[in-house]
Amino acid sequence: MRFTVSPEQRDFAASIEDLLRDVDTPTVVRAWARGEHQPGLALWRRLAELGVTALAVPEEHDGIGASAVDLAVAVEVLGRHAVPGPVVESIAALPVLLADSGDTRWLPGLASGELIGTLAWPPQVPYALDADIADVRLCVSDGSLHEFTPAEPLSSVDSARRLSAVDVTMDRGTAKARRAWRYGVLACAAQLLGAGRRLLDVSVEYAKQRSQYGNPIGGYQAVKHLLADVVTQLELARPLLYGAAVSLDAGHASAERDASAARVACADAAYLAARTALQVHGAIGYTAEHDLSLWLTKVRALRSAWGTQAWHRRRVLDALCDERRTA
Amino acid sequence: MSVDLERDRRTLDFRAEVRAWLAENVPDKPLDSFDTAAGFEQHREWEARLADARLSVVAWPEEFGGRDASLLEWVIFEEEYYAARAPGRVNQNGIFMLAPTLFAHGTPEQQRRILPKMARSDQVWAQAWSEPDAGSDIASLRSAATRTDGGWLLSGQKTWSSRAAFADAAFGLFRSDPDSERHRGLTYLMFDLRADGVRVRPIRQLDGETGFAEIFLDDVFVPDSDVIGEPGNGWRVAMTTANNERGLSLRSPGRFLAAANRLLDLWQREGGPADTALAERVADAWIDARAYQLYTFETVTRLAEGGELGPESSVNKLFWSQLDLDLHETALDVLGPEAELRGDWLDGWLFSLAGPIYGGTDQIQRNTIAERLLGLPRGPR
Repeated sequence: MRFTVSPEQRDFAASIEDLLRDVDTPTVVRAWARGEHQPGLALWRRLAELGVTALAVPEEHDGIGASAVDLAVAVEVLGRHAVPGPVVESIAALPVLLADSGDTRWLPGLASGELIGTLAWPPQVPYALDADIADVRLCVSDGSLHEFTPAEPLSSVDSARRLSAVDVTMDRGTAKARRAWRYGVLACAAQLLGAGRRLLDVSVEYAKQRSQYGNPIGGYQAVKHLLADVVTQLELARPLLYGAAVSLDAGHASAERDASAARVACADAAYLAARTALQVHGAIGYTAEHDLSLWLTKVRALRSAWGTQAWHRRRVLDALCDERRTA
Repeated sequence: MSVDLERDRRTLDFRAEVRAWLAENVPDKPLDSFDTAAGFEQHREWEARLADARLSVVAWPEEFGGRDASLLEWVIFEEEYYAARAPGRVNQNGIFMLAPTLFAHGTPEQQRRILPKMARSDQVWAQAWSEPDAGSDIASLRSAATRTDGGWLLSGQKTWSSRAAFADAAFGLFRSDPDSERHRGLTYLMFDLRADGVRVRPIRQLDGETGFAEIFLDDVFVPDSDVIGEPGNGWRVAMTTANNERGLSLRSPGRFLAAANRLLDLWQREGGPADTALAERVADAWIDARAYQLYTFETVTRLAEGGELGPESSVNKLFWSQLDLDLHETALDVLGPEAELRGDWLDGWLFSLAGPIYGGTDQIQRNTIAERLLGLPRGPR
């Protein structure tokens, strides 16, 4: 047993980190929210050059066929930088869905980044993200794949999540959706973990700099203890994320349960990080100008995207009870 | 990346051996509590049987009664031990706190003299950290060690000493330089609880049993050979003990996984599927136990690659103390009106209430995490 990311995976994460560190992502995110997609699409093309969009596409369709662990490593970094766009859909769930369903013609385009895809999956994912810029728009319902056209636009708490209702049009045949769902849930969890970690880091920095009553607020126990709880929850959520990725790669029977458990823990930890970040920043954190709002609203949105917490908890418990009945 | 615990014949065989031995040997009827006089001796005999099978201290070197098992094998042992519902470890203060200190700072003579007896529980250890005025602020302790011919004379009062009511010996910190303050001038000493000048007054705990005691010391002689590390350097030596108490060795994931599995059994038997709030708590308790298991695998990997336990041990302790409470509180709520009757879950709940206090309170752990892991400034306590 060696339960840690490999040096290659660490290097891969660092290369994405290097790229994103030099990009002013908050400006890109704000433009995306206004419907100005060019800077964001340019960022996606650069991520594609690093191979991020090809990770979940099989090699025979011009992808990398990377492991779920590789994917989690990459998406965690995207979450850390609040990269806009249909990350879970286009990079994780859709490639797996298309490959498993044998509907392969878009896969090379998704891998190269020439195509961006989105996915609705009612009832857990009733609305489609960024359908206005998506080249591939699919919907899984009743075990079938459908194309859809975007209906009326909806506003998300995260203004960079441009949602729309879905008008199903053409039936594209049977969906083999099981693995795709798990990849979607896993990527959602990874994005949340990255966002949560970022919220913690900016809060720790702020607590060191902001002075009240003559001392940095980070010296006060009331503030320290809030932040200690956040790092503890994040530290214990991470192994669930990577444990779930390992389960997916190994094809374990528990893969779905493990993905749901990871999503529950990552969403709770990230949400605690968001609430704490706002409390530590105080009023400045409540302003739209401050970048904190970009992560805070994204965490709230992702927490109920790809299944609610209650739904995932129920899946975990049902899976555990089933295992015990059959054991 | 992998989380498969058994990848080779050796670990597979090891798990099989432990499981078979426990199935054969764990008493059908639970032993009395080791915090009663009769139960203490039952547990001592159990430890001797474990030691005969060389299973009492698997991670120790062979010469002291262990089998040189890896950290991973120790985790496997613990999983099996708790899954088999084997008796609690009466000598855990010795095995999981004093022994790591002796391995790090003890002399070869001390190791040879003390560890084999500990492995068989021929000598059972109590801890003697806290004093009436030194709890979380352990560096303010005042019990004194005064130089005398060939050793030291101990005077003062220790309290909340786990197992001291029935144990044979104890270890703790004493102020050896009367002019010193805080964490300077302290010495780490071991002493016989039956020596002249020692008086032990058992304290009845919340659960009605005498799990800890006060220790009054009046010029108790301790030879130089029972000082661990250099005199005056006790604080640094004690940090080894503290990290072990907080970190891996005292609370292995096996313990919580076993409790989580018993909670699932209980839920399947007694739980009302319509009670979604309770169902979510059962799911969360299992998720957290699994998180702690995987977090431990990360730690084992880090240590195997030469890393250190460090302030992460406070993350560990803060998490498991809450996890233990959550597991037991959830089980009691599943039990409904039966919950107040004395039984395993209630006893476990009473025990779990102490978790956020001993080994450094949750608040002290949060200070450590904030200052040493997050780099926030030290402030007034």
